[in-house]
Amino acid sequence: MSAADGRLAENIVYFARALRAAGIPVGPGAVLDALAAVETAGVGTRDDFYWTLHAVFVNRHEHSILFDQAFRIFFKRRGYLEQLLGMTLPQAPGTEPEQPKAGAQRVQEALFSGLSDRLQQDVRELEIDMRLTVSDQEVLQKKDFAQMTAAEIAAAKLAIKRLMLPLDEMKSRRLAPDRHGRIVDMRRTLRSSLKGGGALIDLKYLGPKTKIPPLVALLDISGSMTDYTRLFLHFLHAVTDARKRVHSFLFGTRLTNVTRALKAKDPDEALASCSAQVLDWSGGTRIATSLHMFNKLWARRVLTQGAIVLLITDGLERDPDDRLAFEIDRLHRSCRRLIWLNPLLRYEGFEAKAKGVQAMLPHVDEFRPVHNLDSLTDLVGSLSGPGTRTQEGQAWLRKVA
Amino acid sequence: MNKTPISLPPSIDKTLDLLADADYLADRSLATVLFLALRMGRPLFLEGEAGVGKTEIAKVLSTTLGRRLIRLQCYEGLDVSAAVYEWNYAAQMIAIRLAEAEGAVDRERLTHDVFSEQYLIKRPLLQALEPDTAGAPVLLIDELDRTDEAFEAFLLEVLADFQVTIPELGTVKAAHPPIVVITSNRTREIHDALKRRCLYHWVGYPNAERELKIVRAKVPNIGQRLSQEIVHFVQGLRKEDLFKSPGVAETLDWASALAELDTVALDPATVSDTLGVLLKYQDDIARVEGSKASELLNQVRAEMRAAE
Repeated sequence: MSAADGRLAENIVYFARALRAAGIPVGPGAVLDALAAVETAGVGTRDDFYWTLHAVFVNRHEHSILFDQAFRIFFKRRGYLEQLLGMTLPQAPGTEPEQPKAGAQRVQEALFSGLSDRLQQDVRELEIDMRLTVSDQEVLQKKDFAQMTAAEIAAAKLAIKRLMLPLDEMKSRRLAPDRHGRIVDMRRTLRSSLKGGGALIDLKYLGPKTKIPPLVALLDISGSMTDYTRLFLHFLHAVTDARKRVHSFLFGTRLTNVTRALKAKDPDEALASCSAQVLDWSGGTRIATSLHMFNKLWARRVLTQGAIVLLITDGLERDPDDRLAFEIDRLHRSCRRLIWLNPLLRYEGFEAKAKGVQAMLPHVDEFRPVHNLDSLTDLVGSLSGPGTRTQEGQAWLRKVA
Repeated sequence: MNKTPISLPPSIDKTLDLLADADYLADRSLATVLFLALRMGRPLFLEGEAGVGKTEIAKVLSTTLGRRLIRLQCYEGLDVSAAVYEWNYAAQMIAIRLAEAEGAVDRERLTHDVFSEQYLIKRPLLQALEPDTAGAPVLLIDELDRTDEAFEAFLLEVLADFQVTIPELGTVKAAHPPIVVITSNRTREIHDALKRRCLYHWVGYPNAERELKIVRAKVPNIGQRLSQEIVHFVQGLRKEDLFKSPGVAETLDWASALAELDTVALDPATVSDTLGVLLKYQDDIARVEGSKASELLNQVRAEMRAAE
């Protein structure tokens, strides 16, 4: 093995470890495969090298973006590839200005965590780079979400697994094999009896299948909710990933359907495309207008099959009038359960005094406080807890009266 | 039964004529997509508000082309045994007992015999794949949005290749693909995988001129003036901010109702009394009843006078 080969192997090992830290599951087997693949393919151009490693390390589409970031940062900083390719290419490749990409934070974080002395030296440079990332976004006047770290994502996924909304199991009309069922499954009965030549008929049963109802989330993104928007969006993304049939809408002064945007597997990419879609970040709130638009355009399309609606707003309507009560009543009547999550309830002395809050309270099935809203785990915890009487809207109203 | 199949229309104009023969007055966009669906042998996916005549298209196609209409009404919990096929368990049971009585129980053979076409009960989707002397049947899959997503998966094979796979028997493929019409009220979104296999068309409300023709074709005993007033009134209603705008079906219902009541011309009292035929939500009725109705009515009369 020549010296150059030795460095190649070393670099691929470091690169694989960086990928692993960034959240791509890369086993030791993959490293060996990568070495073999690079040897077989031969390092011709930067692109060849990129796709050779990509073929080995990336098994899922959503990891492509992380890989891309990692590759750029790792091999650009180390200048190794340029050296290697410098012999074959007349000009140094890949020096276009870097744009902040989704997933950058995670990859940089992974590269930070000091795998070797040489990597440590790059830290300062990367930090500068990260600050630039943020300021670029400010120039663009787009919503800047701090990107989620790999650890945060792992914690969020774990938390979402435990999420159990009230009334979260619904009997469907579809049947499934069930030992304690009441309906005879003729097909299975006959098949199993044929195994024994038809002498014995052992009855097999079917029972109703349960399923998780669709979830529709309406998230307030007005100025008063700014502190929580990022958390809730991450929550919605994680829920969209974990459950089937989740529809998400954002509203401030207008209603935006971000269901498709949140379907991107990578949380940072999802949030970026979300923020690109929305025009009214951190503005005023027109709850009644937004609910009206939802009721008219979307309710009939997304609220079928026993949907649960999660309304996330502080209820501070800009100009509360009768329409708000009317629209929330209509919303309540067209879904199976309406859960209102109000971040204002984190303050101990919360009272349902605001006009908008008073108009909405009589029409919600559950009114959930979030006493400590710093992480997804807390949010999931408070959503999953059993409903108590104090969480009913009426109880809050009585308190004020 | 030895009819030769009626041939498919050769052009978009002929498609329009074909529909018009059965009193279905389609607009050109619908005729175009229907023509293409027939020509290309692709399923037609129709989406639109309730009561705009989506189901009617399949019925009209079946009568004008002389094809058999096979209808699959979708509902929650619809499964393979109700939509595609089912085994005739009672007959199978008897066959097993008979085989036993004869003393010849060869398990392999028994399984083979019992799961044969003889014991198969064909449900709509499988029936639609059968050959027919009058030409391939019209398969109407009505209100697909009422089933759950799981059912859509059954349809993918049928719609793409016009075949059904029965594990015990093998694949049944249609010699002549049926004419498939799928309708949805959009109470939920249909998956892209299914839409991709179809030609999509959004069936909207007709314009005043076409709606007038439809009313006169479908309710022949209605007066010239009344039909005009009805259509203009409904068209005006659709511009209001209502929760559910009246469809063509409601217009026709209203026209027949008014014809039954021997009305000659609309007046605010009659409109308020019969509003329940047009609008099906209390909030909408409360909104239109009274002053709004007479305001609309005045507007209609002004328009008609201007047109004269």
